[in-house]
Amino acid sequence: MNELFKKGRETLGREVRLIQGNQAMSEGAIYAGARFFAGYPITPSSEIAEDCSKVMLKVGGVYMQMEDEIASIAAVIGASLAGAKAFTATSGPGFSLMQENLGVAVMGEVPCVVINVQRRGPSTGLSTKPAQGDIMQLRWGRHGDQSVIALCPATVSECFAMTVTAFNFAEKFRVPVIVAPDEIVAHMRETFSLPEPGEVEVIDRKKPSGSPKDYKPFVADADGVAPLAAYGSEYVFHVSSSMHGPDGYSNNDPANAAWRVAQLHRKIEMHRDEIVITKNFATEDADVLMIAFGATTRASRAAALELRKQGIKAGVLQLITLWPFADREVATLADKVKTVIVPEMNYSGQVAGEVQRVLGSGADIRRVNSYNGEVITPQEIRRVIS
Amino acid sequence: MSHATGVRYLKEGMLPHMWCSGCGIGVMLGAMLRAFEELGYRNADTVVVTGIGCTGKADDYLVTHALHTTHGRALAYATGIKAFNPKLHVVVLMGDGDSVTIGGNHFIHAARRNIDLTAIIINNFNYGMTGGQVSATTPGGRYTSTTSWGNPERDFDICALAEVAGANYVARETPYHGWEMKELIKEALNKKGFSLVEVFSPCPTHFGKNNEMRQTREMLDWLKEKGLPVEQYRKLSVAEQENHFAIGKLVDRDATDFNTRYEEIRARATAL
Repeated sequence: MNELFKKGRETLGREVRLIQGNQAMSEGAIYAGARFFAGYPITPSSEIAEDCSKVMLKVGGVYMQMEDEIASIAAVIGASLAGAKAFTATSGPGFSLMQENLGVAVMGEVPCVVINVQRRGPSTGLSTKPAQGDIMQLRWGRHGDQSVIALCPATVSECFAMTVTAFNFAEKFRVPVIVAPDEIVAHMRETFSLPEPGEVEVIDRKKPSGSPKDYKPFVADADGVAPLAAYGSEYVFHVSSSMHGPDGYSNNDPANAAWRVAQLHRKIEMHRDEIVITKNFATEDADVLMIAFGATTRASRAAALELRKQGIKAGVLQLITLWPFADREVATLADKVKTVIVPEMNYSGQVAGEVQRVLGSGADIRRVNSYNGEVITPQEIRRVIS
Repeated sequence: MSHATGVRYLKEGMLPHMWCSGCGIGVMLGAMLRAFEELGYRNADTVVVTGIGCTGKADDYLVTHALHTTHGRALAYATGIKAFNPKLHVVVLMGDGDSVTIGGNHFIHAARRNIDLTAIIINNFNYGMTGGQVSATTPGGRYTSTTSWGNPERDFDICALAEVAGANYVARETPYHGWEMKELIKEALNKKGFSLVEVFSPCPTHFGKNNEMRQTREMLDWLKEKGLPVEQYRKLSVAEQENHFAIGKLVDRDATDFNTRYEEIRARATAL
């Protein structure tokens, strides 16, 4: 193994390490400039808290273990408004507990990142086993009527990259972004080399300029997003979980409410092309298309290679952005193939249902579902074809 | 010497406020803003965090930084703000529902951490905003819209809870004593570490209506007769204390606050 690292160092000119998905996400957060972590330990995400408890202090940031997940996301939102890039990490039960306060981040347009390592439920379920059962919760977990961004990495390198991207989206669009790998990806170890500072783009939130007296924290620029000051700055401002006007103060006017609710959706819809990230593997000539995300991407790629050896032209569309859903990408590719397969680690076919919505109720979508806490194998996917 | 009015922190365009006549929240807010002014707080250095309920509406009348949050969680939000920027004055306004009913967990942990926040709790013994339901501070036997035959549960003593959980400063006052309230809030704001001022407030609209104190005057008299200066209260027998409560400064100590401890620990990490 040392030889491999040595070789990496020689060819890449930088250190190559064997690290876990969870560690890659904490390193991604630090790289993106996160300086505040508040969390509550829960399997299978605890390594992120442990890493942050060490690294955050070294870089001059703050790590806090809160009394529960409700307090964790609350502290993250508070710190973000005090000017920090802030995040938390959790899993299933903890993610459920965070939903109400995550809605505050939506309503108050507070940038923050939540890592939800998906484990097998329902309820406490199989706490150490993987699942992809939170897809709908990522999108619809909060009450009311709102929109967020959710990303799903499939490799250790993507864990790093998508955490940086999550912070970039959060800062750019003033929205909570959820990174939701399954337990397999979070606990898997792969070789990884940390990019140099500046090598990967890091975006900071827009700050207000002009007279502090005129600052309105909810008056959006042409890009749909308002600049955000920090508590303690001369730009004195209010943020509210309740319906508020452009200045952040309570406002019950129906016209204002309609505008605000639409605005929270629109700012994401406006930037949809930038936000929706997908990857294609051998899809150019494919007759069989697997639409996959997280760990099932890996099984799907292996299945595609095997099928091609048998003369079946198979390809994979990997959904990295789960929400907003990749309607256009799915429709464009699915239109060219004979068979669409959606493998996912849940019973209900949460992504398959979305694919069905996009392709129409008549479309033949073959589902491969596992819900026993075990990963889907390439063989199980191939079986649908033969 | 001119009197502090606190008007520099008031969002006058939002007035008149929404609280019922006879409510004590306005007295508390006035006392707090005068305390801010007397301490020379700059609006830009001050963050007021609120929860949900009658008291939770207070941020709408202020021109400090403010964060209006979810029911019970204001202290957790404030903890994030203060932990990241220790230079800010962070004040948390909550009702009894917010602070010790739905939010009891955050309350004891904020006190345990001894984080340098000032919590001001308006305790009106019931849920005013939603129509006068029972709370964790409704005295046993009392009537509310959800305890029509009397409250079968016991009530929390918020100040005692804060003391055993580790707060550096604990005081209690009633709107009958506005000037004293302002002085206690000033002490609480000046205290490094977790500080609490509990304000027993009349709620003639709901609690009073259900407990034969429909008039503000009756509720204020009730608080005045029950509330005894702490020195006087402590001389009473345990049986006599049952019929009274202590007002004034109850706890004043100087355990190291969270941010100071944090800086010490962080210095270890950065030294390596």
